[in-house]
Amino acid sequence: MSTDTGAAARRSEIAVKPVDGPLGIRSRIAAASAGALAIAVAAIVLAPLIGSTHISVARAFDWSVPWATNVDAQIFFVARLPRVLAAALVGSALAASGVILQALLRNPLATPFTLGVSAGAALGAMLVLVLGGAMASLSWASVPAASFVGALAAVGVVYLLAAGRHRGFSTGVLLLAGVTLNSFLSALIMLVQYFADMTQTMQTLRWLLGDLDVAGYRPLVAALPMLAIAYVVFLALAPSLNLLSLGTDLAAARGVDVVRVERVAFLTASLATGAAVSIAGPIGFIGIVVPHLVRMVVGPDHRLVVPASLGFGAAFLIGCDLISRTVLAPIELPVGIVTALIGGPFFLWLLVRQS
Amino acid sequence: MMFRSRTQTVLRGLSPLRGVCSRTGHFLLLFLLAVGTISAQIRPTRIISVVPAATEILFAVGAGPRVVAVSSFDHEPPDVNQLPRVGALMDPDVERILSLKPDLIVIYGSQHDLAQQLSRAGIPQFAFLHGGLSDILTTITALGERTDTRDAASRLVASIRSRLDAISRRVAGKPRPRTLIVFGRDPGALRNLYASGGIGFLHDMVEAAGGADVFGDVKRESVQATSETLIARAPEVIIEIRAGDEAVPNPDDWNALPSIPAVRQHRIVALIGTELVTAGPRVAAATERIARAIHPEAF
Repeated sequence: MSTDTGAAARRSEIAVKPVDGPLGIRSRIAAASAGALAIAVAAIVLAPLIGSTHISVARAFDWSVPWATNVDAQIFFVARLPRVLAAALVGSALAASGVILQALLRNPLATPFTLGVSAGAALGAMLVLVLGGAMASLSWASVPAASFVGALAAVGVVYLLAAGRHRGFSTGVLLLAGVTLNSFLSALIMLVQYFADMTQTMQTLRWLLGDLDVAGYRPLVAALPMLAIAYVVFLALAPSLNLLSLGTDLAAARGVDVVRVERVAFLTASLATGAAVSIAGPIGFIGIVVPHLVRMVVGPDHRLVVPASLGFGAAFLIGCDLISRTVLAPIELPVGIVTALIGGPFFLWLLVRQS
Repeated sequence: MMFRSRTQTVLRGLSPLRGVCSRTGHFLLLFLLAVGTISAQIRPTRIISVVPAATEILFAVGAGPRVVAVSSFDHEPPDVNQLPRVGALMDPDVERILSLKPDLIVIYGSQHDLAQQLSRAGIPQFAFLHGGLSDILTTITALGERTDTRDAASRLVASIRSRLDAISRRVAGKPRPRTLIVFGRDPGALRNLYASGGIGFLHDMVEAAGGADVFGDVKRESVQATSETLIARAPEVIIEIRAGDEAVPNPDDWNALPSIPAVRQHRIVALIGTELVTAGPRVAAATERIARAIHPEAF
């Protein structure tokens, strides 16, 4: 307990430090949010101009050319823009979920996929990819919907385990249950894959590598309401997360309803992750690289880290996807491989730096 | 370079009915003959095939009655349905294979572990890779040699060549529409879409059927095509190929990309059948189905 308090005191120094900076906290929050938003907007505007094929932007915006025959406009508005917007939504959701879960589990190595959400989502998607081929009347929404249902089921199981054993909400049980469920579901995924034929195996593997080529706005419109609510909740949770990172006892002493905050944080981060994975598959490392990079720039205060991660997460994934779709054109380097190639070494460096 | 010269040889070989075997084909034939000569010269009487295409070839050249077991994916010809199953490409059941006492087993070129185990057990093997259209004819010839059915094999090769030649005569001189061959995508969507690239028998069949493969320049057997590459490559004909154990793909899914000429002109065809995905003796029939889809006016 005493070492815990010592650690808490050290954290509290860190947490309090930014407030003593030259600017007031309000202006610092405003600056971090505006900066991150500007980076995200710049990425959204610039990324659709670049791609595997050369297009004339002037012709893409020339409304006198009929839509049906305007190839430049279709590449811009059907292939690239939805893809960039998908990267923005997924990147910000995964990065901010990473921040929330790292604070909730008080573990800097936690990711949005630590607690089994992505494995549940993957199992849902695999089932449709492998068994769904025999069913007629499947639509664009079948795979994303199945993956979201899988994510919900995994979140439900982990939540009930964490909430059921104790009267409150045990983050210890949450972590153990999540990690165990993750392994169990991964085994089920392999079972489903084993019974798939060659093409299906290739498709399921490809799904696991992440793909933002949504070819239209419908998946984004479907996920947007949930993600928008999640972003607002993330921002609202930030002050409580600051206190929570000092330790649950200290947070409770300062008037935080710890159990409620932990529940809301877990459910919101998990649902946002589920929605993101249903759009693009489980794109790894965003949820750990972005939060840590952001903390290096703006410090540990969650009131700065959350908005900055939302913006920088969007820009980071847009950038990774730009590499993914251009570096080997006309074929593609799956975006999950790009984020892993950047994220893996970064993760190791982080571990070395911490020890 | 290798690919281009091979395709050209295939195309040249198909019309004047000569020199079908390419350099790679010759090499493969020599390799197969060498393997065959070293292993055994006796006429095999208990044959196992773990590759569906090879099973079809064995039955087509008259060695069917000597086949004692096949892979778990074998369904053609219907005679194989009574035969014992011994696993497949990824999960061959070595114990079962040994218990059936084969004197020849036909395996795929990538099954190195299986090949080693069978060598230790002293079982003669015939290993091959699917490759392109000309490689199929090479494999038929080599399997005919190995199973002592040379005459039937050469008759089969001749009949495939003459059918392919008839197809190329029908489509000769016609414009070659840009053709996209899709063999897998997410159900109900255009995501996770796999198309034939510029290597392999699907590509060769499209070219032989009078089409121009839109991904012919991508030197891979399969290409994961994004919506941007699909729009940019602008295929004039889209052919969706499925083996048949899944639902017929819905052409309306393509309305998401309306600028593609094939979508505007409603030239999206679904072809269902195992002959389309099997590098075996039915390649000429498969090529003819593709040719009818690309050039319906020629038939």
